[in-house]
Amino acid sequence: MITILGVPGPLLFGQLLLGLINGAFYAMLSLGLSVIFGLLNIINFAHGALFMMGAFVAWMLLNYLGLGYWWALVLSPLIVGIFGLILERTLIKHLYKLDHLYGLLLTFGLALVIEGLFRNKYGSSGMPYQIPPELEGATNLGFMFLPNYRGWVVFAALIACLGTWLLIEKTKLGALLRAATENAPLVQAFGVNVPRLVTLTYAGGVALAAFAGVLAAPIYSVNPNMGSNFINTVFAVVVIGGMGSIMGSIVTGFSLGVIEGLTKVFYPQASETVIFVVMAIVLLARPAGLFGRTA
Amino acid sequence: MTMEATTQVGIGLPSAKPVLFGYTSTQAIALAILVALVVLSPTVLYPVFLMKVLCFAMFASAFNLLIGYVGLLSFGHAAFFGMGSYVTAWTAKYWGLSAEVAILLGGLTGAALGAVFGWLAIRRSGIYFAMITLALAQMVYFFCVEAPFTGGEDGIQQVPRAKLFGVISLAPDMSIYWLVAGLFLFFFLFVHRVVHSPFGQVLKAIRENTARATSLGYRPDDYKLIAFILSTFISGIAGGTKALVFGIATLTDVHWSMSGEVVLMTLLGGLGTIFGPVMGALIVTAMENYLAQFGAWVTVTQGAVFVICVLTFRRGVIGELGAKLKLAL
Amino acid sequence: MDLSRRLFLSASGAALLAPYPRRTEAQDAVIRIGVLNDQSGPYRDDTGVGSRICTEVAAAEFSASKAIKVEVLAADHQNKPDVGAAIARQWFDRDGVDMIIDVPTSSVALAVNSICREKNKVFINSGAATTALTGKQCTPNTVHFTYDTYMLARSTGGNTVKAGGDSWYFVTADYVFGHELESMTARFVTEAKGKVLGRSVYPFPGTTDFSSFLLAAQSSGAKVLGLANAGNDTINCIKQAHEFGLTPKMRVAALLMGVIDVHGVGLEQAQGLLLTESFYWNLNDRTRRFTAKVRQALGGRVPNMIQAGCYAGTLHYLKAVADIGLSTAKADGAAVVARMKAMPTDDDVFGKGRIRADGQLLVPVYLFEVKKPQESSGAWDYYKLIAETPADEAWQPVDKACPLVRT
Repeated sequence: MITILGVPGPLLFGQLLLGLINGAFYAMLSLGLSVIFGLLNIINFAHGALFMMGAFVAWMLLNYLGLGYWWALVLSPLIVGIFGLILERTLIKHLYKLDHLYGLLLTFGLALVIEGLFRNKYGSSGMPYQIPPELEGATNLGFMFLPNYRGWVVFAALIACLGTWLLIEKTKLGALLRAATENAPLVQAFGVNVPRLVTLTYAGGVALAAFAGVLAAPIYSVNPNMGSNFINTVFAVVVIGGMGSIMGSIVTGFSLGVIEGLTKVFYPQASETVIFVVMAIVLLARPAGLFGRTA
Repeated sequence: MTMEATTQVGIGLPSAKPVLFGYTSTQAIALAILVALVVLSPTVLYPVFLMKVLCFAMFASAFNLLIGYVGLLSFGHAAFFGMGSYVTAWTAKYWGLSAEVAILLGGLTGAALGAVFGWLAIRRSGIYFAMITLALAQMVYFFCVEAPFTGGEDGIQQVPRAKLFGVISLAPDMSIYWLVAGLFLFFFLFVHRVVHSPFGQVLKAIRENTARATSLGYRPDDYKLIAFILSTFISGIAGGTKALVFGIATLTDVHWSMSGEVVLMTLLGGLGTIFGPVMGALIVTAMENYLAQFGAWVTVTQGAVFVICVLTFRRGVIGELGAKLKLAL
Repeated sequence: MDLSRRLFLSASGAALLAPYPRRTEAQDAVIRIGVLNDQSGPYRDDTGVGSRICTEVAAAEFSASKAIKVEVLAADHQNKPDVGAAIARQWFDRDGVDMIIDVPTSSVALAVNSICREKNKVFINSGAATTALTGKQCTPNTVHFTYDTYMLARSTGGNTVKAGGDSWYFVTADYVFGHELESMTARFVTEAKGKVLGRSVYPFPGTTDFSSFLLAAQSSGAKVLGLANAGNDTINCIKQAHEFGLTPKMRVAALLMGVIDVHGVGLEQAQGLLLTESFYWNLNDRTRRFTAKVRQALGGRVPNMIQAGCYAGTLHYLKAVADIGLSTAKADGAAVVARMKAMPTDDDVFGKGRIRADGQLLVPVYLFEVKKPQESSGAWDYYKLIAETPADEAWQPVDKACPLVRT
């Protein structure tokens, strides 16, 4: 057996792969955050809570309506997306002309309310959610035992990220969206309904979070704290990648997952802090983030 | 980060004619009432609760110095508050230092840490400044979790209420109350003095128009750094005082949610107002105290207050009141 | 006019603060019990409202038989020692509370412990695990019910090795409780001629993905995975161990886990788990009788050992209060605790037992294995009894660091 820096090779590869899986969640969540920030100029602190809602909606669909995983994968983002749409129309739209701070505070407040309500109703020890039968079992990769479901998560996350990227970079809708990010009044002058575009973007970003939530449901127990555990890391990912940069979020999400995975091998206690160390260094060296354009 | 929408409330209104140490007549009356309240309320209210309010009011005033007058949003102020509280607790418990020395050491720790953080962070502005301070504060948090002297999850417990000047016992609630009240009033006036000094005027000039301030020969970074260190010094003092009052210093004080809490207090009371942070500290602390029995509803209520505040009274309680009365409070 | 607005504002502020009733001792013929625990965080389901309900049931049962009025208050300490300390102070100073019960999270329990001593009130711990409460920090005002890290480590560690699980790998939460639980268990494993092959320490709180640590455990080749953590972390570890195929090849010993957590995981994934409790609802006629009393109020759930311990603790406390008289009891917490130690305990939760000089309640301790789904006869029928450790062996020998036992 080969050893690298005193760690058995298979273990190291296993950890890298696991890092990639975590990175998939970081990428999906930071992608939504980044798109929302780009167009709405809102730092959506409620993202973690909406991710959690995605998982809870999946659980409710199963337990109240008997609709399984695959249904949830479609319906939950839709339902949470509509919820996001309502949030944007009723609350968030009042803040566009104000400083970032207010958007951050409002969404932080929303996150507290949403999490608190779920905690009151469902407690915090978590609800079980089974892996769909099609994806049960595991594959022996030689160096590790990879649960099929985790493999599926990486695959689904990559598809979701690529889809979003294509949508924004290669379609007419995406072109409008990018144009509106640059200069909203001008785009409006061309007869595009920018407020509707903004609403749809928020709903879309939120739906992506809910999609990640459904993917996460069978891995972590569905519990009200699952979002807040992620949110700080995801913010760091967005900042490191460059706020508003799509590619930046995807690449940074996956690579930070890997860095975190490596830290878990050598100094597990610091695995959460390492991301902030990276963030501080990046911000000091390249203030706009790795992939951001300097303003 | 520019805060035009809110910070103008506190300054530059028509009636702002200073009569006394930079206070307008209304402010002077309000100040007199504040002093009277600080002196009289312990006869009616629970002193330990009041001391908590005063410590947080000090902390929020220090924070307000940065966000309200320099326009810098720090998301890492818990680091200074928490380290101040650890150092005060440690020196009072294990070195047996007297209260004023222990608290001063807490403040100096905050200031030293603030000098390093500030030196790194003021190179960036706006949301990036906030993120760097958050990142650095997370590292401090990690240090506190791992370092043996902080007692990890248990914190430093059974911290004695050390004697003031080595002679006056602070053990009874009312004795330490006067110390806390004195510290609070001193630093409350101090922040106001700083804001209204020539130094404070330069800070405002930098916030409003950095390029012009630079062309007038001021070095913005030096001024920002000094303001940052002052703010972190007072934060450390506030943390240290709280540690002595409750006899405990814990991870709560360095956790990022404490940084969020001080933002909430300042915002709720009114950014850039003199009395706002005090009012904010009172409301938030009272809310936490009275809602404790309702369990998870605490977070729901807090969140709802956040949302309502941002949507309906962005200038905060005192800021809105000042705007209504056309007075600077 | 400006003045009146300002006054109005301060007056409304004062009104907000007004409901602080200062209770005078003389007119007070009521015993007040404060249930202080986690009502919003990771231990909410293991303590929380369940503990309050069990305390209330005990209080109601007792006031019905004796003419003593008992009031139960409850608050959320959010697992923060400073919050807990502040609530405890306020309860004693302002609200006339005589006894605080439950208090999960060791750091909060230690803070409450020293305040109870300072104010000469009573602290009955059921929720926290630290042995310091009966060791270095023991006080004449504190009684430790239900469980601690030593008894968990001894019962699970020692008995598992005897049953063949002789090589261990620990996944440990990086805080005092996790480390204490791990090192004690490791001691019993080695004493029983078992081996510890390795450990992973992960950041607490905030970790949700344990797969890396589980992978390390798997590659160590150990037979037993020891989880030195609690609450949601334990639940996540078990689910992920199942997912990565560690179970059923490896045995999982959840060093602190209760019946409510098992319910949360579900038998499919929890089957085969080893865990220690001092109370299980379906253990005997008395435990079933007690469970029947509280089950409806708990919304159909059964109590776990911590919640049941609150019932037993309250009942024993009230017996001692009745014994020494209400006015003495309210004035002198240490006197009540001394009486509690002098009287043998006897209740439907733990059966017969006694409280040692250092404040430790001595009752038998049980090692359970979680049933397979096909073995379970229905909801909440989860445990098989594997081993019983008698009361005089299960608990930590008297710690000389405790000032109460120094002679």
